[in-house]
Amino acid sequence: MQTAVFFAIAAIAVASALGLIVRRNPIHGALFLVVNLGSVAAIYLMLNAQFLAAAQVIIYAGAIMVLFVFAIMVLIPGKEETGPDPLRPFRLVAIPFGAFLLVEILLMLVVRPAPPREPPGAEGGAEAIGRLLFTDYLFPFELTSVLLLAALVGVLALAKRKA
Amino acid sequence: MSGYVGVAIFAGLILAFGVVSLGAAALLRPFRPNAAKLGNYECGTEPIGSAWVQFPVGFYLVALMFIVFDTLAVFLIPWALVLRSLGPGGFWAMALFVGIIGLGWAYAYREGILEWK
Amino acid sequence: MTTALAVRDFVAAFVLLNAVIAVVTYVTLLERKFAARMQSRIGPYRVGPHGLLQPIADALKLMMKEDVVPATSDRWVFNLAPLVFLIPCVLIFATIPFAPGLGLADLNIGVLFFLAVSALEIVGLFMAGWGSNNKYALLSAMRAVNQIISYDLPFIFAALIPVVLGGTLRLGGIVEAQRGLWFVAYPLLGQLGFLAYLVAMIAAENRVPFDILEAESELVAGFRVEYSGMKFALIQLAEYAHVIGTSYLGALLFLGGWLGPGPAWLGLIWLSLKALAVFLLVTWVRWSFVRIRVDQILGISWKLLLPATLSLLLVAAAVVAYSGGARGA
Repeated sequence: MQTAVFFAIAAIAVASALGLIVRRNPIHGALFLVVNLGSVAAIYLMLNAQFLAAAQVIIYAGAIMVLFVFAIMVLIPGKEETGPDPLRPFRLVAIPFGAFLLVEILLMLVVRPAPPREPPGAEGGAEAIGRLLFTDYLFPFELTSVLLLAALVGVLALAKRKA
Repeated sequence: MSGYVGVAIFAGLILAFGVVSLGAAALLRPFRPNAAKLGNYECGTEPIGSAWVQFPVGFYLVALMFIVFDTLAVFLIPWALVLRSLGPGGFWAMALFVGIIGLGWAYAYREGILEWK
Repeated sequence: MTTALAVRDFVAAFVLLNAVIAVVTYVTLLERKFAARMQSRIGPYRVGPHGLLQPIADALKLMMKEDVVPATSDRWVFNLAPLVFLIPCVLIFATIPFAPGLGLADLNIGVLFFLAVSALEIVGLFMAGWGSNNKYALLSAMRAVNQIISYDLPFIFAALIPVVLGGTLRLGGIVEAQRGLWFVAYPLLGQLGFLAYLVAMIAAENRVPFDILEAESELVAGFRVEYSGMKFALIQLAEYAHVIGTSYLGALLFLGGWLGPGPAWLGLIWLSLKALAVFLLVTWVRWSFVRIRVDQILGISWKLLLPATLSLLLVAAAVVAYSGGARGA
């Protein structure tokens, strides 16, 4: 049962990823991306990482998707992109990266690394994450705020100069 | 984990309800299209051009602010659960975090980005 | 996972879905009656005694209406949008406990589940507006997404105040933490939190005075302008379901949920009455105020509500952190 559900979700994830690449209309691409991110959240849920699944939906399927859609609407409004791709030579870079990824996946299949140490706690991982975040990983957590601040101020400053 | 089986069934039933009611309506309703009916509604005048036009950059900036504060909101959730056992230390850790991101908010406020133009 | 459990889940989900549809259908009548009374009218009266059969007549009418799909629309996106909009708006009911042990699934990430699923409504909404290829519809959808994300943040922060006070995300646990004193009765903290929740809710539901995206007089009903027949009905159903669901959440988070005098089985009635009170409060505002300008709407959220709710949340957290818990636990 679990395996069947996993493969169904995985099929949706792969199909939507393909849709994202194949569709030329950027808005269609963004919509396929939402499906893809949602199916990844479903896989997190199957791993009992409920907090991560919800965070994935809130941040990626919600916020990031809005950012992409707004970016598309601000740049190229719903039209299919025409003309030659200025970044065409860069497509060659995909070959070594793809090969590298394939080797990694094969390695995973051969080595079969051990599963995570302990299943997440009672609150679907949220409580366990909170405890770790505010004890062992407090410093990286605080640094995250600086990262977010830098991103925010940086983009606002850039956008302001353009406008 | 078992609770999510019910949630999945519920989602399936909602979808089924939507599909069945649309299907039933498709069997019952008339279908008499004509060119004027199939045009886009624009209060009676002929639509000029496509609706897919360019939007101002303000939308993008709001979305950006949203992502940063949404990330903050997601961090607040595990914190809210363990706050009681963390005590004052946990409170100040988050206060610092919010304070640093708040600097970004203050910058946006001062630069007038929170004004909608 | 046994078959018996799956059957139980199926029955529960089926009952819940029908209950939601029935309640939402009649809430439309309630709103129309309520609005009519506020304007010294009678409201729907002709169909059935006191117009009680009006929602059924409406549903039948919408079912028989021709379904027009604009020739220039993006057919797939346009046709799928009502379904994509419907699912999250009704799915939020999945985690709402209507009384102790009565509900589909009192998930241990309850509040978080509600917020995450609720955030997905913008996908269907944007699909409807963009797929129509109508200038009003697209402008409305862009405004809607802009407004919903702006008020989503104060909404989340306000909804987290009870989570901080109760120390759990499980809605049942939050209600139990209010035994003795509802969170809305906490001095200042509770009242301001509930007020922020209400304002954010009205704005996130795009109701007057925050209805710039609908604005009948300028945007001719907004992103759903091209929809007719059953697709229109599904969008309306989803929108009302979302309002009702958010009213239930507000009653659970701030108003003590099913707690009230009398035997335990009255819990469902108490909770529903409280949710109804929240809904009527929102409706009252809708029919009393005038529309606010776009810049004012965004200003209220980003300059006032966002810092205010975040500060309130930190105050609540300080109380919990320094006193070792408001109550219980």
